[in-house]
Amino acid sequence: MAPIISIKDLSKTYASGLQALKSISLDIQRGEILGLLGPNGAGKTTLISIICGIVTKSRGSVTVDGHDNVTAFREARKLIGLVPQELHLPIFETVWDTVSFSRALYGRESNPGHIEATLKKLSLWDKKDSKIVTLSGGMKRRVLIAKALSHEPRILFLDEPTAGVDVALRQDLWAVVRGLRDSGVTIILTTHYIEEAEELADRIGVINKGGLVLIEQKKALMQKLGQKKLTLELAKPLATIPMALSKFATALSKEGRELAYTYDTHDNKGGIAEFLSVLTKSKIDYIDLHTEQSSLEDIFLGLVKS
Amino acid sequence: MNWRAVLTIFSSEMKRFFRTIGQSLISPVISTILYFVVFGAAIGSRIQHIEGVSYGAFIVPGLIMLSLLTQSISNASFGIYFPRFSGTIYEYLAAPISALEMVLGFVGAAAAKSLLIGLIILVTSAFFVPLEIRHPFWMVAFLLLTAATFSLLGFMIGLWADGFEKLQIIPLLIITPLTFLGGSFYSLDILPPLWRTISYFNPVVYLISGFRWSFNEVADVNVIVSLAATLGFLFVCLAVVAWMFKTGYRLKN
Repeated sequence: MAPIISIKDLSKTYASGLQALKSISLDIQRGEILGLLGPNGAGKTTLISIICGIVTKSRGSVTVDGHDNVTAFREARKLIGLVPQELHLPIFETVWDTVSFSRALYGRESNPGHIEATLKKLSLWDKKDSKIVTLSGGMKRRVLIAKALSHEPRILFLDEPTAGVDVALRQDLWAVVRGLRDSGVTIILTTHYIEEAEELADRIGVINKGGLVLIEQKKALMQKLGQKKLTLELAKPLATIPMALSKFATALSKEGRELAYTYDTHDNKGGIAEFLSVLTKSKIDYIDLHTEQSSLEDIFLGLVKS
Repeated sequence: MNWRAVLTIFSSEMKRFFRTIGQSLISPVISTILYFVVFGAAIGSRIQHIEGVSYGAFIVPGLIMLSLLTQSISNASFGIYFPRFSGTIYEYLAAPISALEMVLGFVGAAAAKSLLIGLIILVTSAFFVPLEIRHPFWMVAFLLLTAATFSLLGFMIGLWADGFEKLQIIPLLIITPLTFLGGSFYSLDILPPLWRTISYFNPVVYLISGFRWSFNEVADVNVIVSLAATLGFLFVCLAVVAWMFKTGYRLKN
């Protein structure tokens, strides 16, 4: 199936001279959750803002379900809902009014049933007549999501949806996002929290210094780049690493009482079985062992640092 | 055209106006009425008639213009500046709305508010001074054109300003002096020739003169010239706003 969003050679240079995006090309598939990771100032928000029409591009093209987002902006934007990073809300309005306002702004006929269902899904129903100024930060975040969903978009952009949100609410929001994906909405999510991308995304893109440095299925990414670390608690401390182990990537710590071996789960050479058998042959006894899988965070930091 | 969006922006702006009816409607009306009381009833009776019109009646068009200009500018500039300031502008920019639709909603609402204020002042002035409107059609035309033009100007200021102070600078430093020196309270005939010539460079002169002509046919410049100048100013404002949207000035950069 054709991608729902197709970005080609997209660049943005701000008037200040800052080059926020450097020739990004990216296809977003229908129905997926794409997680965009990147440090502060990497260009994530600029990318989203250009797709949504909030910021003008310098070069390149964006099509949304086949509609160019500049020349056919009406068709393109009708498909998109945007949840901005900051809590930008008209604070003196009620929840119901502002969500209804958003729907009308998108030119959709009034549909109280849909607004009611959206507010209920986001646990906002009992707050529908409250003024936004009286709501907590987490509630305001939900109102932003309700506004973005008010016109029944097929694509939802969530720009750091769980920044500054407590753990319980984060779990709730994740459940909402999964529910939306199950109903066929394509979701693009930027986040600082790597566990969020790990938890939610089907595909992960990493943006750094305005470029897309990686885009991969999450599972493939974790497998491809995922390394495991085996740590052995030794019976007797070692002063140096024995010659027999020289072909393995090992390191000693805790004054020789711990031996760590880093290996790749998909690399058959130097696998864990061979390592353990060499240990036995070399008569190195160990009391305990445990393995750790490198998280997306390690992968991410590795990419961003290099 | 996304008329539903235009109407939505318009009505939400009007809602804000009526929510703060004290500041937005009552205070400009009261402050203008004070002018009638002081210049029309108190001092006005001692000032000689200008071209056969009592001073109180002479200043009515000027005062309506004064509040129409300042209200149009402040309503429109605040209307667009506040969403920029609070960040809620993102929603207008991301929605399937063209620049024209956005301008119609915001500027239309600002113009409607100042027209409402202008009409209320007109009606109240009738209680203080003898009022005569010889050309009601042209009076309404000048009101509409001026409200639209200065709401566009206010919209530009609201786009240009990057702080609340800047929002006030142009109305205070430029518009108020131009209005006071534009013949709100006097006929240009009383000025020395040099100042009279200088006054002709003041665009507000043409607005007030045309508007006053529609009341009692007293004018500093020919009404056709007034109309042409007003229309010209409207088109300049339209062109600048169109340019601002085209380049994404302060909105999308």
